Amino acid sequence: MSSVKEIVLGPVFTNNPIGLQILGICSALAVTTQMSVALVMCIALTLVTAFSNLFISMIRNQIPNSIRIIVQMTIIASLVIVVDQILGAVAYEMSKQLTVFVGLIITNCIVMGRAEAFAMQNPPGLSFLDGIGNGLGYSVVLMCVATIREVLGSGSMFGVEILPLVTNGGWYSPMGLMLLPPSAFFIIGLLIWALRSWKTDQVEAAEYNIGGHTALSRG
Amino acid sequence: MSDDSRKRDKDSIQNVLLVALSICFVCAIVVSGAAVLLKPQQTINKALDRNKNILIAAGLFEKGVTPESEIGSLFEEFEIRVVDLEQGRMLTPAEVETAGINPVSYDQRSAAKDTSASKALSTTADIASIKRRARYSVVYLLRENNQLSRIVLPVHGYGLWSTLYGFIALEGNGSTVSGITFYEQQETAGLGGEVDNPAWKALWRGKEIYDENHQVALKVLKGSVDRNSPNARFQVDGLSGATLTSRGVQNLVGYWLGEDAFGPMLARLGG
Repeated sequence: MSSVKEIVLGPVFTNNPIGLQILGICSALAVTTQMSVALVMCIALTLVTAFSNLFISMIRNQIPNSIRIIVQMTIIASLVIVVDQILGAVAYEMSKQLTVFVGLIITNCIVMGRAEAFAMQNPPGLSFLDGIGNGLGYSVVLMCVATIREVLGSGSMFGVEILPLVTNGGWYSPMGLMLLPPSAFFIIGLLIWALRSWKTDQVEAAEYNIGGHTALSRG
Repeated sequence: MSDDSRKRDKDSIQNVLLVALSICFVCAIVVSGAAVLLKPQQTINKALDRNKNILIAAGLFEKGVTPESEIGSLFEEFEIRVVDLEQGRMLTPAEVETAGINPVSYDQRSAAKDTSASKALSTTADIASIKRRARYSVVYLLRENNQLSRIVLPVHGYGLWSTLYGFIALEGNGSTVSGITFYEQQETAGLGGEVDNPAWKALWRGKEIYDENHQVALKVLKGSVDRNSPNARFQVDGLSGATLTSRGVQNLVGYWLGEDAFGPMLARLGG
C-alpha cells in the first residue's frame, strides 16, 4: 500500500519530473501565462501519461525490443490526437488557445520517459498510477508558475481580476516580463532552488572542484 | 531456458510484424473513431465561433461580458447578404436563388477552390497571397433605425506561417473601420499571434480606409503611429516582433477592401 502512495505522491515533490528530472520544460514555458490554459494542459498531459503508461504496460510482454520506441510513440500519438479531438468538441475556445501545444504533448519528455522507464517493467495498475503521479508532479509546477505569471503579469487569477489594473482605474501596473517566455525560466529556476534547499538530497554532486590559487600563492 | 526461448520468440520477425500491424490497426480505429464521432460537435463549435467573431468585429460581443448563450439571438439581428464580387454589388434575394447559394451555409473557402465558382488571381493582383478568389461572398449588415450602421466583411490572407481568416467591420459609410478580428490563424504565439490581442484590435476602431481617390490608404506601420502626422487616421501600429504578420494583415485588408474585391460594392454604399 505504501508503494502505491509513493508512486502517486513521490513525483510531486521528491522526484518531480520538472524539478528533479528537468523534463517537459518546453510546454511549461509556453502555456503558463494563463492559469485556465495551464490547467487544461495539466489535465490533458496527466491523462495522456496515465493512459499511455496503462496501455504500454498491458502489452509490454509482447512489444519486441527492436521496435519498442516506435510502438510507444504510436500509442502516445494516438492518445494525443484523441485528446485534441475531445478538446475541439467540448472546449473549443480552449483548444484554440492551446493550438500546437496539445499536439506537442507527443514530444513531451515526461510521457515517453515514463513509458520507457516505468511502464515497460511494471504491471498496468501501477503504471497507470505512476502516470497520474508524474502528471500531478508536472501539474503542481505548472500551476505554481502559472499562478505567479498570471497574478503578476495580468493581475488576475483564472481570468478574474484580483489586483485592480491601472488601465481599469486601479493601482497595479502589470509586469510585462511575466507574460514573456523567459520569466517562466526564472520562476522554474527559483522553484528548483527552493525545492533543493528544502530537500537537500536532490542537490547533485559538483562535477569538479575549484582548486586554490596555486600560481598566485606561490608568487 | 524457457525464459530465453520466449524472449527470442518476442523478437522474431513474425512477432515484430504482428505487433506493428496490430498496433497500427487498433490505433487507426481509435483515432478515426474519435475524429468521426466528435466531428458534428466540432462543426457546431466552429460555426458558433464564426458567428461570435462576426459579433466581435461589429462590436456587439465582449469576451467575458456577453454570455455565450446570447450569440444566437444577437446574430439574428444581422441581415445576411450575398455580394457578387465580379459585379461589385449585393445580389437581390431572387438573384441569390438563381445563383443557387444558401447564404447561411455558403462556404467561401471551398468555393475558392472550385474553378467554376472562383477566379485565379494574377501575381500583381494577388497581394494577399490567396491564389484564387471566390466569385461570391457573404456579408453581414446591421441596421439601426433603418440606417445601415455596420457592415461585416469576411477577409483572409497570408501572414508569416499561415493564412489568417477574420472579419473586418465597417461603419455604415463603408469607409471607416469599426472593428477587426481573426478567428483562425497559426502565427507565432505571443508575436504574430497578437493579431488576436483585443488591445491591438482596438487600435483599428475609427481608422479611415480610403483616400480622396477611393484608393486603399490604410497601412500597418512598422513601429507606432505618430499621432500628429496628417496620415495618422490611415495608420495602425505594427505588432512588435511580427513585421511579416503585420504586413500580411495590411495586405489582406488592402486586397479585400480594394478594387478587386469589396471596393466597388462599398463605393456604392458611400455613393
